[in-house]
Amino acid sequence: MGTHNSFNLDEKFEFSGKAKTWSLIAIVIGIVAIAYGFGIGHIERTFSNLLLMGYYFACVCMAGVFFCAVQYVAQAGWSAALIRVPQAFAKVLPVAALILIVIAGAGLYFTHTVVDEEGRSVVVPYLYKIWAAHGVTDPKSEAYDAIIAGKSSFLNIPFFFGRLIVFLGVYSIFGYLLAKYSNNEDQLGGMFNYNKSFKMACIFLVIFGFTTPIFAFDTIMSLEARWFSTMFGWYNFAAMWVSGLAIITLVLILLRQKGYFTFITENHIHSLAQLIFGFSVFWTYVWFAQFLLIYYANLPEEAVYFYRRWEPEFKPWFWLNIIINFACPILLLMARDYKRMIPRVKYVCILLICGHWLDYYMMIMPGTVGGEGRSFGVEEIGIALGFAGLFTFLMLTALSKFKSTIPKNHPFIEESLHHHI
Amino acid sequence: MSTTKFILGLFEDPDEMMDGIHKLQQSSVPIYDVYTPMPIHGIEAKLGVKDSRLGYAAFMFGCTGGTVAFSMLYYMMVADWSHNIGGKPHFAIPDFVPITFEWTVLFTAFGMVATFLFATHLFPGRTPRVMDLRATNDRFIIAIDAKGNTPHEDITKILKEAGAVEIKHNDRKYVSYE
Repeated sequence: MGTHNSFNLDEKFEFSGKAKTWSLIAIVIGIVAIAYGFGIGHIERTFSNLLLMGYYFACVCMAGVFFCAVQYVAQAGWSAALIRVPQAFAKVLPVAALILIVIAGAGLYFTHTVVDEEGRSVVVPYLYKIWAAHGVTDPKSEAYDAIIAGKSSFLNIPFFFGRLIVFLGVYSIFGYLLAKYSNNEDQLGGMFNYNKSFKMACIFLVIFGFTTPIFAFDTIMSLEARWFSTMFGWYNFAAMWVSGLAIITLVLILLRQKGYFTFITENHIHSLAQLIFGFSVFWTYVWFAQFLLIYYANLPEEAVYFYRRWEPEFKPWFWLNIIINFACPILLLMARDYKRMIPRVKYVCILLICGHWLDYYMMIMPGTVGGEGRSFGVEEIGIALGFAGLFTFLMLTALSKFKSTIPKNHPFIEESLHHHI
Repeated sequence: MSTTKFILGLFEDPDEMMDGIHKLQQSSVPIYDVYTPMPIHGIEAKLGVKDSRLGYAAFMFGCTGGTVAFSMLYYMMVADWSHNIGGKPHFAIPDFVPITFEWTVLFTAFGMVATFLFATHLFPGRTPRVMDLRATNDRFIIAIDAKGNTPHEDITKILKEAGAVEIKHNDRKYVSYE
């Protein structure tokens, strides 16, 4: 074991070549898919897909901020060498937040007339059609719904947007600060910036812990506003964290293949794979806790959520969700050696990224387009590719803005470069 | 013929002990075992200790526990005395999951403890086998099987050179029975 490393501490990431070309092509595919979806009249389906990917995109960036904050609060040493990647995610969060707010705003602004389950024709927006339907809180209106009216002090458009903007804004500010302190640390050295990061990370985690469930309730659960589950917030948190970890790991492995981050060894990948493995089990735990209680109690207003997901159009995907997000990681990453096989971890990450897309799909589609309107087609694949390209482009641009891929004055950098488990 | 069974080199410092291991290995002296009061990083690789198979044992115990719990539940709830609970089918698999999970964990935990006691000969009520009592306190100890490892003076010399503070030529393997 050498005690001195020969890594280039000023290694800088250059964003060019194939990665740039392909991410730009993917963005174009996404725009074409959106135009195609709206053009052929699949407006609700396109909006649902935009919400899905907008939410996924924002969640992955939030997971980046959360990763940085957890490392600072735990005073973790192992992750110091790879912290630039989640920091790049955090720097993209403002853009992701803006896109999600625009999608939610457009989905609420554009309306169409539908005939609801009780045969009334109602003017509803394309997203959040249950609580934002016109006249839903007006007792004189034909569309009046007493249950929704009772929730309207929370679920109304100004307060909904207020929360969305405040939450995403606050997360973005903390993400920006953590990246900024790390950048200052590179130039100045010393413990000053690390201590500030620690303090900010503590404050962020408290705020994040209390607000992410509400963020998930607002953005996703309110699509089916008559139903509610207190587990939903943590279920979404688990999905966000697992998919975020999978993307952090995948980005690291791919950058390593391109000759960057050569100081990342199978030990770092092992640690990340442990987190992916553990939190996949956590995701399953929360998913199952929500499912079992509703199944066991069998109250109609709760069971309707799973009834809709057990319609023939959704049932195979419902089970596939569990297979991809639980059975695959638990079997493919269980043994110690498996977590150290970098190609294996890479493919599990890709599988989980697709798996959590399916997870979000199963959360969103039954409540928006329903069984008849759902499909896997140009809109789904194109919009997913578009957002993947946008994320890749913005994240790698943010990464290339850092002066070096190693935070060379991080107090734990030597521990991280010698991470060995 | 010497009556020495084991030669013990007692070190004060783990780095000096690692040096002792290195010197013994260079002179092709087989090391019986090493006892330290704390875990030493990288010592397994140095001594060529094989990876623990405890994980495989845990997996097998877990499989056993899961199977036992599920079969038991199936026999009780479905085959032997089926109840109508809330109108659910008798074979309501989601309801079986928590208990199956708990038994999997329980069997794994108990099985791992049993495996550990078996592998280390640490049965309750049994005197533990210790080659030198200070190995649990402040000494890092290399044990060398004296039989067939001659001349003993050379081994003593190697250990001394590496910085051993004390070298013992023990006539019996374990001291803890005395």
